[in-house]
Amino acid sequence: MSDNSLAITKFSDLANPTRFLALVARILPWLSGLTALALVAGLCLGFTAEGDYQQGDTVRIMYIHVPAAWLSMMCYTVMAISAIGTLVWRHPLADVSAKAAAPLGAGFTLIALITGSLWGKPMWGTWWVWDARLTSVFVLFLMYLGLIALNRAMDDPAKAARVSAVLILVGFVNIPIIKFSVDWWNTLHQPASVVRMGGPTIDAEFLWPLLVMAVAFTLLFFALHLAAMRNEILRRRIAAQRRMAARMASGREGR
Amino acid sequence: MSHAFYIYGSYAVTGLIVLALIGWVWLDGRARARELQQLDAAGIRRRSAQPKDGASA
Repeated sequence: MSDNSLAITKFSDLANPTRFLALVARILPWLSGLTALALVAGLCLGFTAEGDYQQGDTVRIMYIHVPAAWLSMMCYTVMAISAIGTLVWRHPLADVSAKAAAPLGAGFTLIALITGSLWGKPMWGTWWVWDARLTSVFVLFLMYLGLIALNRAMDDPAKAARVSAVLILVGFVNIPIIKFSVDWWNTLHQPASVVRMGGPTIDAEFLWPLLVMAVAFTLLFFALHLAAMRNEILRRRIAAQRRMAARMASGREGR
Repeated sequence: MSHAFYIYGSYAVTGLIVLALIGWVWLDGRARARELQQLDAAGIRRRSAQPKDGASA
């Protein structure tokens, strides 16, 4: 295959795994560098900003807790879009995307749960409460684990892709529940203070480190997602080559 | 810094989980690349990567 045939000129060209791998090889180093820069900037801003008049220095936990919580929901949304790609368009990379994203989503959700708990103890006086926001995020974490287990428990990748896609779409109902749980129910967790109608209610001193860390976490997610997708494509390629080798070997023995 | 244990604990746990994710993706990528190299060395290639009939003769 010539270099020319690997050129990506339109969005549908990404459906070709070989073209996708070439694109990943080109953009992953840049994306990784940008992620590192954004993380350093976010950490510097986070640790030089003033403490809050009520929370004190624990406000610095928010600079990792909030971006991780946003990413936990964004990752599931990426998986839901991928699931539609699997079921409706049978896009060759859709299942690869969903499968690669699940462990990343579980990781970011775990960060949100643990850092939330570490903030809750000094501020609320408790590590955990079973309020609607905390419980729905915990359910999201369990769903990530369930999807990882389900995908790896089935031998037939095509069947695993379809079953996982259906379960991902059914589980998507949890995302608006997480987002609006603080409005629909009386929760100990505070309502939205950044992404809300009428604009953010927090001071610019805290908003900037939060937004820079959110950008850094988002870049980190996409860098890891692209690399994990590349690994999954290679894994499937290896499995296909092993099957081909086994068929060739059995053909030779049969003669 | 007030509540240093909770703040540094949060950053430490986040660092550990992020490093675990990066490590998993990196090691998995290296292992797959090595596996592909071994298959290639054994002459097992994708049809599109195999020499065309007559090209190698």
